[in-house]
Amino acid sequence: MSRTFMVILCLVALICAGCGSPASTTQPVIKIGINAEMTGDIPKVGEGTKFAAQMWLEDIEAAGGLEVGGKKYKVELVIEDNESKAESAVAVQTKMISQDRVLVIVGPQASKQAIPAGEVANNLETPMISPWSTNPRTTLDRPWVFRACFLDSFQGPVIANFVTEEYGFTKAAVLYDVASDYPKGLAEYFKQAWEKLHGPGSVVAYESFTTKDRDFSAQITKIIGSGAEFFFTPQYYDEVPLILKQARELGWDNPIVGSDSWGSAELVNLAGDLCYGLFFPTHYAAAGATGATKEFIDRYEAKHGYIPDDVAALTWDSMLLVQKAIQDTGEITGDLAKDRKNVRDALAQIKDFEGITGKLTFTEDGDPIKAAVIVRISDQGEFEFYGYASP
Amino acid sequence: MGFVMQNIVNALQWGSFYAVIALGYSMVYSVLMLFNFAHGDIFMTGAYIGFFVSTGLLALSSLGYVVLPHWLILPLTIILAMFLTATVGMLVERVAYRPLRGAPRASAALTGLMVGIILQTLNLALLGARRRTFPLLIETETFQIGLASVTNTRIMIVLVSLLMMLVLHQFVKRTKWGMAMRAMAYDFAAIPLMGVPINTIALLAFGLGSALAAVAGILFGIAYPVLEPYMGMLVGWKAFVAAILGGRGSVMGAALAGFLLGFIEIFVAAVFPSTLRDLIAYSIILVILTFKPHGFFGESYSARLRL
Repeated sequence: MSRTFMVILCLVALICAGCGSPASTTQPVIKIGINAEMTGDIPKVGEGTKFAAQMWLEDIEAAGGLEVGGKKYKVELVIEDNESKAESAVAVQTKMISQDRVLVIVGPQASKQAIPAGEVANNLETPMISPWSTNPRTTLDRPWVFRACFLDSFQGPVIANFVTEEYGFTKAAVLYDVASDYPKGLAEYFKQAWEKLHGPGSVVAYESFTTKDRDFSAQITKIIGSGAEFFFTPQYYDEVPLILKQARELGWDNPIVGSDSWGSAELVNLAGDLCYGLFFPTHYAAAGATGATKEFIDRYEAKHGYIPDDVAALTWDSMLLVQKAIQDTGEITGDLAKDRKNVRDALAQIKDFEGITGKLTFTEDGDPIKAAVIVRISDQGEFEFYGYASP
Repeated sequence: MGFVMQNIVNALQWGSFYAVIALGYSMVYSVLMLFNFAHGDIFMTGAYIGFFVSTGLLALSSLGYVVLPHWLILPLTIILAMFLTATVGMLVERVAYRPLRGAPRASAALTGLMVGIILQTLNLALLGARRRTFPLLIETETFQIGLASVTNTRIMIVLVSLLMMLVLHQFVKRTKWGMAMRAMAYDFAAIPLMGVPINTIALLAFGLGSALAAVAGILFGIAYPVLEPYMGMLVGWKAFVAAILGGRGSVMGAALAGFLLGFIEIFVAAVFPSTLRDLIAYSIILVILTFKPHGFFGESYSARLRL
């Protein structure tokens, strides 16, 4: 009897110790979660995220910590890998919120991960910024979720307008991955925008494949047979080089237009001269940058040996947005739920923020108002600024 | 008409990968009565070995150590990669399959899956998640045959695949080793009594299957030059479907079914909305299997005996 009693007593003591310690102590460090695609389909994206976040942390550490309301706090980054999988992104997000007890989360980057991870952040009332996810569903009806880039619903009409003005084409084709949120969403927005401009039936071929497919010859043959004047493919660097190669081999000579997912340093490495001269809209162009943008690019290049892509630039902006929001709260109370709420409210208030990817103002939905940059891939394989575009 | 012609060319290329990979499944099955589920990842390993061998050879000749004529690099790569990948395959047999020879079939099947995961993650750990570009071993030239657009690489891929099948067929039909393999497929229990070393024959089957996978990997790298650690999974599974469809253990059946699978996939995507491709393609295969449950050239007794 007494032994059972002792066991129960021990258990009670343990439970009390377990739940008591985090709540009773104040939070001396500010923890920021980074939910990144370090392995899986798009590891380069995760690498850019990590490098940009670490560069930001260096600045904070050089300044002796993050100053909030006159007090300096140590900042800690909790960087976790979501393996470019939706289910892992959710697991990582939950772990960072409930176990690591982070104040705010930056990432995931791709919509496939950001949409489910945003659901977790919103349910557990933790502010989150996805730097790169352009699908509307990431922030839709989620007051706790923000993004640092424009949306697909904005990007679709931008591409349709740009192609119409640049080439004067009237017949379009689309080739996209039906099993991935980002390409599927963008393909639909583009189709809507194009048909609004050129009438129903002006998208003459609307072809799809599924993730991990390597052969697109049947789809491209169909596109060639449809009489399209160009085709639009909102894919990642995993597929774009193969699509470009197969299109050329099947005798396609017309332009191929991309989306912001093309803006990875890896695309040119993999596709080589196949991608020269092609256009895509993006968040920033490294060639021809000035001011703070150039400073960031030079620093990044000196440290990691290559020019940062848009993911890195947007992550950098997201880190600065987080920093500004934390500082705007005025104080860290130590009550995590309250601090998270304060940071969310401060983020929603941000106006005319001067980021390296352009000036940004948050709307009530957590989406920013900003313009798109059209990039041309030069014959040296650089992403060259070509012009601004809006829908 | 041009549309059909073009898709026939597309399907021939796509089907040859399924065919060559399915051959490897069938080889091992005919001898050991088990499917080597790591085969798709051995295909991936072959592609990577081909990548390293060819970049190494290119580097050697550009540095001037060994002066190789450019046309020689591809055949040399294929031969070297075949040997190296065969070694990997035999190692897999020795380490993962032989200790389980007396174990239940399910354990052996699971071993294959685990070896596959080990190969993928080992690759990830050693080489990182970065994509590799397969080097340009032949300048691609596009020309028109009739109404279809054809490249020299496509023709080469189909020809090399057919050549591999022919060589394998002759090997199994005409050599002593081939005879031993067929005997083992015929009666697994009686064959050691006749003095045939079953462990050696098992190694041989794995080695041959893996060498074929290496050829497929290199050709795949030439056609689709983005290499990644998980590239063998989907192709491997689908080639496995081809091996079943061809008839378990039937080498030529696997080759034929591989081409058929390529044709079904390409033509379904060409005729129906491409979103429905795999749904329709694999429904067709399900229907075929309903009427021919042992595949085209399968024999019912072997299916009843094991697996």
